[in-house]
Amino acid sequence: MIQCQNIYKSYDTKTVLNGIDFTIPDGEIFGLLGPSGAGKTTIIKILTGQLSFDKGAVRILDKEVGDLTGEDKKQIGIMMDQFGLYERLSCADNLKIYADIYGIPHSRVKEILQRVGLADSTKLSAANLSKGMRARLLLARVFMHKPKIIFLDEPTSGLDPQSMRAIHRIILEKKKEGCTIFLTTHNMEEATALCDTVALLNDGKIVDYGKPKEICRKYNHQKKIILHLSGGEDLELSHEKESAKQIYDLLQAEEIETIHSSEPTLETVFLELTGRDFGEEE
Amino acid sequence: MRNIMIIIKKQLKDTIKNKTILIQFILFPLMTVIMENAITLEGMPELFFTKLFAIMYIGMAPITSVAAIISEEKEKNTLRVLMMANVMPWQYLCGVGFYVWAICMIGAGVMSLGFSGKDRAFFLGLMGIGFFISILAGACVGIFAKNQMAATSLVMPGMMILAFLPMLSMFNEKIAKVAKIFYTEQLKNILEKMSFSDMPENAVWIILLNAVVFVFLFSFVYKRKGLE
Ligand SMILES: Nc1ncnc2c1ncn2[C@@H]1O[C@H](COP(=O)(O)OP(=O)(O)OP(=O)(O)O)[C@@H](O)[C@H]1O
Ligand SMILES: [Mg+2]
Repeated sequence: MIQCQNIYKSYDTKTVLNGIDFTIPDGEIFGLLGPSGAGKTTIIKILTGQLSFDKGAVRILDKEVGDLTGEDKKQIGIMMDQFGLYERLSCADNLKIYADIYGIPHSRVKEILQRVGLADSTKLSAANLSKGMRARLLLARVFMHKPKIIFLDEPTSGLDPQSMRAIHRIILEKKKEGCTIFLTTHNMEEATALCDTVALLNDGKIVDYGKPKEICRKYNHQKKIILHLSGGEDLELSHEKESAKQIYDLLQAEEIETIHSSEPTLETVFLELTGRDFGEEE
Repeated sequence: MRNIMIIIKKQLKDTIKNKTILIQFILFPLMTVIMENAITLEGMPELFFTKLFAIMYIGMAPITSVAAIISEEKEKNTLRVLMMANVMPWQYLCGVGFYVWAICMIGAGVMSLGFSGKDRAFFLGLMGIGFFISILAGACVGIFAKNQMAATSLVMPGMMILAFLPMLSMFNEKIAKVAKIFYTEQLKNILEKMSFSDMPENAVWIILLNAVVFVFLFSFVYKRKGLE
């Protein structure tokens, strides 16, 4: 369980976190969504004890973060975008260092490389890995010691769809094994696909919190049906009785090419909540 | 203790692939062997090249390599991952320090081939002390510098002073006066005499003082900057 109570944090004069509150039960995937500069990385750093905070309380593994011992830290896995690899060493050697530190037999290194799809690249030096392979190696390092709690800071940012899916699959496997996973992302689809709970973070405040589907449904007040006609134009109809006849006629006339109902995505929800476009600073 | 061994092991694996550091380690021992065998001039002091290169080795290899290793790990953020995996800063520093010291001692071993018996032990003892002080100096730079670039530009002048002043002081009285305050010059003076009984005046004290200064500098920088 991860518990965050009323966290405040400021750098110099600038307040970055403004009373953050959430609880993550064991075995859940929790997603923290927010635009660049919202404070996502700052929250991860605080939760993992890399950064001090001004006010509030953080409990993790039934302890205050400050009281975590070396043994406790072995139950936590962290992947941050800035965390590096030993560029000149091979994939296997990179993992072996940590296998030694955690007291894991080297046989497991091969096994875990296989699991993240790097079995053919064990001897390749980290400097020669593609971006997607690199991300998977970083992930392998996080999972190697079978941590109970895993923090992933933008695990798929900047990756191709295939690597992204591979990483999602690994994350979901870990969930099945009972891990609690905290991840941050810019990607709404990713959050909807992976997370049990999401929190929307903007300017150091959580602006909404809940199951991804529920959040979307809650903001579904501008229900609309969008038709793409064979003539090429788009037609927006409201989700009401009056539209039925119109749709019927168009269908009869075989003029409809596609038809969608527009459930809001987390993206539009975010836009509505903050008036801020999500990708604008990316 | 286990973590220290892990760091040493990691460094050993890295050495073979890290050409800039590898060159630092083998350049002077190699030059010594070549020069001692290739050149013999009338009236040249015994083992002239060995003693000359030994001091340059002390002044260059440990400082540059320790500074490069630490600053690279900081720059690439691999150090932080080690810390998160509960490797203590002192374990890391001991690992890197011992690794560099051991490799340099192997180099010194190669350089000592011209000596025999007691002289060789004397030579290796002096080298060991010199490497230790240089490693401290390198660690100061590595901890202080933000990245490798900064470390290199900081190491350069220090290296010039420590490695080249002792050589230049052989030809210039004024330089010799300045060089006197540095441990490398004093080690050179001791090496020339090659014995305890005939040790130059104050040499031991100056070397000790150098060591103390670097220990203080190290703990000061470490307190201010930590290993992040
Ligand atoms: N060391 C620091 N000193 C001063 N300000 C900082 C520092 N680190 C972060 N900040 C500020 O804190 C705010 C939040 O940063 P943070 O890295 O947590 O954002 P983020 O949500 O992770 O963004 P991104 O999606 O780009 O990674 C930013 O406005 C940033 O400028
Ligand atoms: Mg971030």
